[in-house]
Amino acid sequence: MPKRSDTLSHSTHHSSPVTHHRRRIGAFVCHCGHNIAGVVDVKRVAEELSRYPGVVYATDYEYMCSDPGQDLIKRAIREHRLNGVVVAACSPAMHEATFRRAAEEAGLNPYLVECANIREHCSWVHDPGEEATRKAIRIAKTMVEKVKGNMPLEPVEVTHVDKCLVVGGGIAGIQAALDVAEAGFEVILVEKSPTIGGHMAQLSETFPTLDCSQCILTPKMVEVERHPKIRLLVNSAVEEITGYIGNYRVRIRRKPSYVDPDLCNLCGECEKVCPVRVPNEFDRGLSERGAIYIPFPQAVPSTYTLDEETCLGIKPLICGKCSEACEPGAIDFDMQEEIIEEDVGAIILATGYDLYETRALPEYSPDDPDVIDPLQFERLLSATGPTRGEIRRPSDGKVPKTVVFIQCAGSRDPELHKPYCSAICCMYTAKHALLYKHAVPDGRAIVFYIDIRAPGKGYEEFIHRVMEEDRVLYIRGKAAKVFREGEKLVVRGVDTLSGQRVEVEADLVVLAMAVVPSACVEELARTLRLSCLDENGFLKEAHPKLRPLETLAGGIFIAGAAQGPKDIPGAVTQGSGAAAKAISLLSAPCLTHSPEVAEVDEELCSGCRVCAPLCPYGAITVEEVAQVNELLCEGCGTCVAACPSGALTLRNLGDEQLGAMVEAALAELGPARAAVGVKDG
Amino acid sequence: MGSGNGSEPRIVAFLCRWCSYAGADLAGTSRIKYPPNVVPIRVPCSGRVDPQWVLDAFEKGADGVLIGGCHPGDCHYVSGNYKARRRVALLKKLLTQLGIEPERLRLEWISATEGQRFARVVSDFVRELKELGPARVMSDR
Repeated sequence: MPKRSDTLSHSTHHSSPVTHHRRRIGAFVCHCGHNIAGVVDVKRVAEELSRYPGVVYATDYEYMCSDPGQDLIKRAIREHRLNGVVVAACSPAMHEATFRRAAEEAGLNPYLVECANIREHCSWVHDPGEEATRKAIRIAKTMVEKVKGNMPLEPVEVTHVDKCLVVGGGIAGIQAALDVAEAGFEVILVEKSPTIGGHMAQLSETFPTLDCSQCILTPKMVEVERHPKIRLLVNSAVEEITGYIGNYRVRIRRKPSYVDPDLCNLCGECEKVCPVRVPNEFDRGLSERGAIYIPFPQAVPSTYTLDEETCLGIKPLICGKCSEACEPGAIDFDMQEEIIEEDVGAIILATGYDLYETRALPEYSPDDPDVIDPLQFERLLSATGPTRGEIRRPSDGKVPKTVVFIQCAGSRDPELHKPYCSAICCMYTAKHALLYKHAVPDGRAIVFYIDIRAPGKGYEEFIHRVMEEDRVLYIRGKAAKVFREGEKLVVRGVDTLSGQRVEVEADLVVLAMAVVPSACVEELARTLRLSCLDENGFLKEAHPKLRPLETLAGGIFIAGAAQGPKDIPGAVTQGSGAAAKAISLLSAPCLTHSPEVAEVDEELCSGCRVCAPLCPYGAITVEEVAQVNELLCEGCGTCVAACPSGALTLRNLGDEQLGAMVEAALAELGPARAAVGVKDG
Repeated sequence: MGSGNGSEPRIVAFLCRWCSYAGADLAGTSRIKYPPNVVPIRVPCSGRVDPQWVLDAFEKGADGVLIGGCHPGDCHYVSGNYKARRRVALLKKLLTQLGIEPERLRLEWISATEGQRFARVVSDFVRELKELGPARVMSDR
């Protein structure tokens, strides 16, 4: 259990007016080069602030976040005995931590430092001149008022659980799980399907090296299965996640597989006698499987699985033939669904991707059996696939002599489909065309493309190889229509380089469908209470450039295509990166929790209980009076706003403080004066 | 005091730090222009906004108050935005009784990816407040 910090008790008293008068605040106005100074009169902002009550020192500087800028703040804190600092600069999301750390180095409690956002909220959105300067002054003054009411605080220390949850057993999740486990921490790897491996297991060969996908993937899958630190839960889904950084509780629902993996010897007799035949998901419907089946021979865990949904009936048992055929007696119809609860310190979400459904593109005749998606083509190319690696079209099993590949099917189409580039289609389409030409040397491969995007290592060279050595015909232009005429499919489009209309007869058409987030991710995001999905439904990173592996929820990281379309090296890199983030969290001696949480004035509390049911974290208990568990409290302040007796307050954002901030935001400003010498308190 | 006739409306915006404040940051990063009439105040959650603050702001001369929160279902703190929505509904009734047009209080859901939307909300609000004219604040009565 997390322990309470005793450091907090020194600093948790209500702010008092007496303290306000004692604040000696320094105001530091940043030019940010031209970013702020090009729009806002920074000298005047500093000058106005220097005359503002409570401010004893004000100055401006070109780059406050630079080392000399930080030194300037540190020196001023010491020389002018500052006990409060306002830095009027960029958004606190950028440099609040920088300035707080600098102040701490000069002996000032970091919670007495605030950023006034005069860049993102002012200079970047307004035209240069008087109005922008006046707004900057107002913003800075509100923050001076805030600092006047701030109290010095110490972070609350929290212990954490030394265990990591990884959601998703594709290549990103596998890599993350292995890295965390190798560092010595326990990992729970949850996968919704009966095997790990994800989409990579379905691939034939990988671009640009043409490694056999399964050959490089399966050793890692086996390593996961054998690793003493990894607990693998397949057929499982995360149902609920509660708690906070370092201390999450997860509830996982595991569906029964009805087969004991320790007893199953993979003889396959059960599937032979199973009367059910349904499309095999692993082969994207190009083959059939029984209700009892193994997705592919190297599945991990290495066992058959009985699919309850398609079985003729288990409760009550209707058929039971598989059980009769099973020599080792591995089939157990009494196996129950399990709810597994685990405490974990960190969570890595690697839920991967799905393909946008071909049905969304009716102009390409998606119901025609010879119009297929790229994963179906991968299965046709795979030695373990439904045709044992021979390319035969689904309708009649003939070898297609002309294959047309249509790129950007559903991607880069903001009006009707997905606005983004799916990132991997250019490369796998080139690979598809190459592998097809190698398998059918007298065949024709034609690619319709808008642009070729090949930014990875060796990717551009690969495209050239496909175009020049393998003589694949690339037509620049989007195909408009695919329709059947007798034996053949007709692909109609425009060659935008020549301006000519093009019509091609094809035996097989492969649609490079857009990559979309896995269906499960939305539900998961809701469980996590993360405002963490971007406009396209992918998991959103905490910062698009600088925090690409983190979510806004502490201790929850993201990896792989769940964050956006990416290739295998990208997914592996993110898997390792997210693992490194989790490892650094799990190996910290203790974590800290923000002290800016709600607190109760027991004298004022009437015990009315209005607050407790409002708290989404169950942080408030009321006996005689309300009590706030500061480890559970996330500091939203909803209870504070509801308290009818004013007994609850939010540390460093109290009502009195806020009132002063609003007043500063609205106060009349005098006319512009000539800049005078900066007051030095 | 409210701003004089023909002058610019003054707006205080209480923006939740996870969505709307970040959305306003994105408007900045994307250099989307909007009128300078709004002074943002960062709060943890729209649920932290005490109705008293809104009344205070009008008393202190605001012509409009904007509360920005996360979209329904997206609240970082689960449900603070729903609490804000209920409070605002009641508060608008109270404002009417105090002689303040309820349109002067706006609750908007603006996510961290909606910089464009933040700019549009502010622009629209400023235009509407100009049409309404300066607020007849409580201290004027």
